[in-house]
Amino acid sequence: MPEWLYSDTVKDHFTNPRNVLMEDESTYPHDARGLTGNLICGDQMLMLLRIKDDIITDVRWKTYGCASAIASTSVLSETIKGMNIKDAYTIKPEDLVEKMGGLPANKIHCSVLGDKALRKAIDDYLAKTGRPGLFKEASTVICTCLGITDKDLENAYLKGARSWEDFQAATKIGTGCGKGECKTKALELLHEYAHIYGEKQA
Amino acid sequence: MEKRRIYVDYNATTPLNSEVKAGMIEDFEIYGNASSMHSSGRHAHARLEEARKAVGDLIGAPAKTVIFTSGGSESNNTVFQALRRVASDSSGKPLKGRTEIITTAIEHPCVLNSAAYLKSLGFTVYFLPVDQYGKVKIDEYRKVLSERTLLVSVMMANNEIGTIQDIREIAELAKAAGAWMHTDAVQAAGKIPVNVDDLKVDYLTMSGHKIYGPKGIGALYVRSGAPLFPLIHGGHQEDGFRAGTYNNIGILGYGKAAELAKKNLEAYGRDIRVLRNQLRDGLLAKVPNITINGHPTDVLPNTLNVSFPGAEGESILLGLDLNGIEASTGSACASGSLEPSHVLMAVGVGPELAHGSIRFSLGWGVTKEDIEYIIDTVPPIIARFRAMSTVSSVPTVPSVQS
Ligand code: FES
Repeated sequence: MPEWLYSDTVKDHFTNPRNVLMEDESTYPHDARGLTGNLICGDQMLMLLRIKDDIITDVRWKTYGCASAIASTSVLSETIKGMNIKDAYTIKPEDLVEKMGGLPANKIHCSVLGDKALRKAIDDYLAKTGRPGLFKEASTVICTCLGITDKDLENAYLKGARSWEDFQAATKIGTGCGKGECKTKALELLHEYAHIYGEKQA
Repeated sequence: MEKRRIYVDYNATTPLNSEVKAGMIEDFEIYGNASSMHSSGRHAHARLEEARKAVGDLIGAPAKTVIFTSGGSESNNTVFQALRRVASDSSGKPLKGRTEIITTAIEHPCVLNSAAYLKSLGFTVYFLPVDQYGKVKIDEYRKVLSERTLLVSVMMANNEIGTIQDIREIAELAKAAGAWMHTDAVQAAGKIPVNVDDLKVDYLTMSGHKIYGPKGIGALYVRSGAPLFPLIHGGHQEDGFRAGTYNNIGILGYGKAAELAKKNLEAYGRDIRVLRNQLRDGLLAKVPNITINGHPTDVLPNTLNVSFPGAEGESILLGLDLNGIEASTGSACASGSLEPSHVLMAVGVGPELAHGSIRFSLGWGVTKEDIEYIIDTVPPIIARFRAMSTVSSVPTVPSVQS
């Protein structure tokens, strides 16, 4: 019998999370802050960055979240140290999941949280340093539960997503509140992208 | 060193009682088909009827009113489907007259989904709200109960928070309105006294694996005269009400488990309650700012549901598991959806707290030392998750139980 529900890497990072802040965030002076998630949905993530010359020199994070969220953010926090903010911004959740030795499909959405908080923090830093919208490119949040933006959906589209199911597979959009609002908006975007890129919807 | 394992998830399922298990191993020799007329068949049949009597005895019901099923879900479905037949025309559409069903918001999914299915067929279904302790709001019940009510189905004890309903009162009102009364007693039968005549119910659902019997076997009590139609058509087993070759070994094991549950009922109520209260008091004393969910007194002797504000349920669950403690959580993240437990939501716990709730359900085999170990192990786990939590000001909630 496997001794643990998830991979050993997940177990390691869950029991020994790296760069987690056990104290109040005021104890960690930082240059950038990103908070995402919703307690109503059962998870929240805070990312605090120290940045010098666009390089992430140090990171701390806090979460109200499940084991997968804790482990994936721990892995993420190790990955981004020493990274240029632009590279950090484009880290894909799938890469983290791979580093963790995989996650069950129904836990993937938990791993997206850290990534979202990181982007928010970087956006925060850019705004503070007078470079608003460098990476953000005026993206709007489509799925408020998971913080999926139109940019995320567009990227998914460019990689071949042509249906709601494809969007879900790529981003886990719509697996939160179940209200279906994000689905309506996402399908409108799908239509829009088909126009922009001149392709037919499958 | 063998890692310490403390199983405190008895409401999910129980281990097989060793006496039941030993009996079942012997019973494997009984291979005759209980429907056959030769002596092997008759022998199997006789043993099966003994088991039926034992299961009936557990709830004060004559053996002939007990039908064996595959478990609680089948029993519950059988009741809903039988009454659907009573109230539908041949095309399946509800007839005029009694087409309304009353159940509660905190039932097991097999009842909620059976009710939802009937709703989709055109029946009217009321999902009664419950109060902060998980008790059915009788006023709301009276409001919807009428001469149109076909069936009232209210669980006797809740699996998540352990709250025990006033079934007799609910049944008396149902009977006065001319409706049929069903109770899902899967968590109650074998843990607290259950008597179908005292409760005045027409149908009662039970399950074998919740009382140290085997899985895949349950029973349905049907008061004589109450409508019943087979869910599974086939042979004439169970008087034609439930076809399929008898699950002999399962039934015999269940019979033994029911017999033991009846014999031990008093000791169970007494001993397990002591452990539960020890756990409750220990956690309240050692973990700041927690809430106990469920009714303070009308509660299963073995069930303790605790909300730990500021710490997330699945993390707590897995943190406990790494320390050898096997409990369960009403947190959604554990089950893959983000929806928190419908029971905790119905009692007004609120999503933030529901996501950080753990159910400890005790049973035979849990010792005083085990409880002490849990009381020692939980506080640092909670403290750690709270320290790393984004919820800086842990919400303060009044304790409903002290
Ligand atoms: S907005 Fe809730 S799932 Fe998308």
